[in-house]
Amino acid sequence: MRRLINRRPDVASRFGLMILPFVIVVIAYMVASEARLSVNPNDKLLPGWSTISDAIERMAFLPDQRTGDYLLWSDTLSSLTRLGIGVAIATLIGGIFGILQGLIPYFRATFNAFTGVLSMIPPLSVLPILFIIFGLGELAKVMLVVIGIVPFIIRDLALRTAEIPHEEIIKAQTLGASTWQIILRIVVPQMLPRLIDGVRLSLGAAWLFLIAAEAIASDSGLGYRIFLMRRYLAMDVILPYVAWITILAFALDLSLRLFQRIAFRWMYRGN
Amino acid sequence: MTSFKLSSLKIFAAALVAMTLAFTAASPAHAEAKKDFKVAWSIYVGWMPWGYAMDNGIVKKWADKYDINIEVVQFNDYIEAINQYTAGAYDGVMATNMDALAIPSAGGVDSTILLICDYSDGNDVIILKGKDDLADIKGQKVNLVELSVSHYVLARALEKIGMSEKDVTVVNTSDADMIAAWATPDVTAMTTWNPMAAEILTEDNANNVFDSSELPGEIQDSLVVNTQTLKDNPAFAKAMTGIWYETMALMSADDEAATAAKTAMGVASGTDLAGYEMQLAATEMFYTPQDYIAFTEGNLSELTTFVTKFLFDHGLLGQDAKSPGYIGIELADGTVVGDEDNVLLRYTTEYAQMAADGAL
Repeated sequence: MRRLINRRPDVASRFGLMILPFVIVVIAYMVASEARLSVNPNDKLLPGWSTISDAIERMAFLPDQRTGDYLLWSDTLSSLTRLGIGVAIATLIGGIFGILQGLIPYFRATFNAFTGVLSMIPPLSVLPILFIIFGLGELAKVMLVVIGIVPFIIRDLALRTAEIPHEEIIKAQTLGASTWQIILRIVVPQMLPRLIDGVRLSLGAAWLFLIAAEAIASDSGLGYRIFLMRRYLAMDVILPYVAWITILAFALDLSLRLFQRIAFRWMYRGN
Repeated sequence: MTSFKLSSLKIFAAALVAMTLAFTAASPAHAEAKKDFKVAWSIYVGWMPWGYAMDNGIVKKWADKYDINIEVVQFNDYIEAINQYTAGAYDGVMATNMDALAIPSAGGVDSTILLICDYSDGNDVIILKGKDDLADIKGQKVNLVELSVSHYVLARALEKIGMSEKDVTVVNTSDADMIAAWATPDVTAMTTWNPMAAEILTEDNANNVFDSSELPGEIQDSLVVNTQTLKDNPAFAKAMTGIWYETMALMSADDEAATAAKTAMGVASGTDLAGYEMQLAATEMFYTPQDYIAFTEGNLSELTTFVTKFLFDHGLLGQDAKSPGYIGIELADGTVVGDEDNVLLRYTTEYAQMAADGAL
């Protein structure tokens, strides 16, 4: 049937279509940048490629004059450390609470409404309270990431746990499994890959909260640098940093997906 | 397939045009006379009169007189206002001399200080927790908005007692969160400005160990306009100058109208008349054009070199800058501080003089 819904691009046009939006953005940028630079060669808003590549060289491959650090790498290290610890804690808490909340009726009755309400509070709006509890140091940044994504992970995993066919749980019981054994042998193995899905979906939010935390009070990190550079409109530094964050986020997502494929091969069997 | 390729080509072209238009919408001002002007301002004690003038018809009155349209737009974010001006979306902005130099001028936008509204005379404060001597700051973490006027005040204060920034650790902290940050135990030293500073100093453990009254005239809060726009549109400069000094005359008088105006400005900045008066006390307002002209005839070139040194030390004059004088600053009498071939910031008293002569 010759309908749009049935027409599929071949391999070559699929690739072409994939890069098309990117090409449009790059060309539009070049045209607009050229137009602005012809009026003011020092324009900071849309710097030319040479200015941007100078900035990349300066930030990534030359030591900073004041501190001697390679700024891009030291910023990346501090940001990834915070993000890694935050996401790890959130995964652990989210995994435990999510499974219990999905499986144990008493637990669900106690915490379901609470996590539901908690997940609706925008963490950035209660920042002063978080400052008082966690201070302004590294802990606060990690905790903002944790608080930002943990409710989502819990709720997501609780739903997935509740989706386990009840027959499986019954069957395990007829074979004599205790609650603890059911959790360990039936639920956890099935939920681990789902947990990774949940974490993947919350990575975007995790970055958002990390950048926000670094913008508020910090002396290093990718978000810190972007907000500092914004003070004097140094888009030649900000644009590569944004691109770098995008690459990092994409790489994290990809590695989680690969990890899931390798570690939980059974999920992909039969497909 | 061919029809599909054709249409995708069209879509591509349309998208390209749309994106380019979106990107260039805020192009730098081109040289031409025009009728519509936009000026950006943000909340600060010395700039509240602009909001009052806009709300109470003073802006419209002067714009009508010169047959132009002026919109004075309030920004919630000071830096965003300057960035918008630098990008060309606004014709003028309220900024400090330091930020005018570091953002538009360093970004190649030739800018003119049409008039100075005031200078900070105690509004920027270094606060220590539980200590009352500036020297105690050694080794502490200092929370402040990095690369801002606060940072400058800290650098100058340390310089005055023979220390340098190496003796402290600077922690970049958002101005919106200063008061909340002060309440946390990790924060022991801070540099910030009013109204946050006044609020923090009401705490028992907060001590003012240094403020900008020891740096008179160094932090100038100014009306900065695009030099090319100014050249092509003297009417714009005349109207802005007229608006300012009419509002100044109104608020500096000793009558009910002045009290009402200052109350309105206080409320608009989130406090009341008493709070606003307190901030005014830490601000040296230039109520008359003569005040401003006299100030530019003083030691302005020396004050300027303090600022350019700070900016150069922090890499804010751009990567090409080889010395603090990389960007030339033309003073009101035509002398240039720094590179005469790269003048990108200018002081002018031409229009203030017209106001003083009653020629507006």
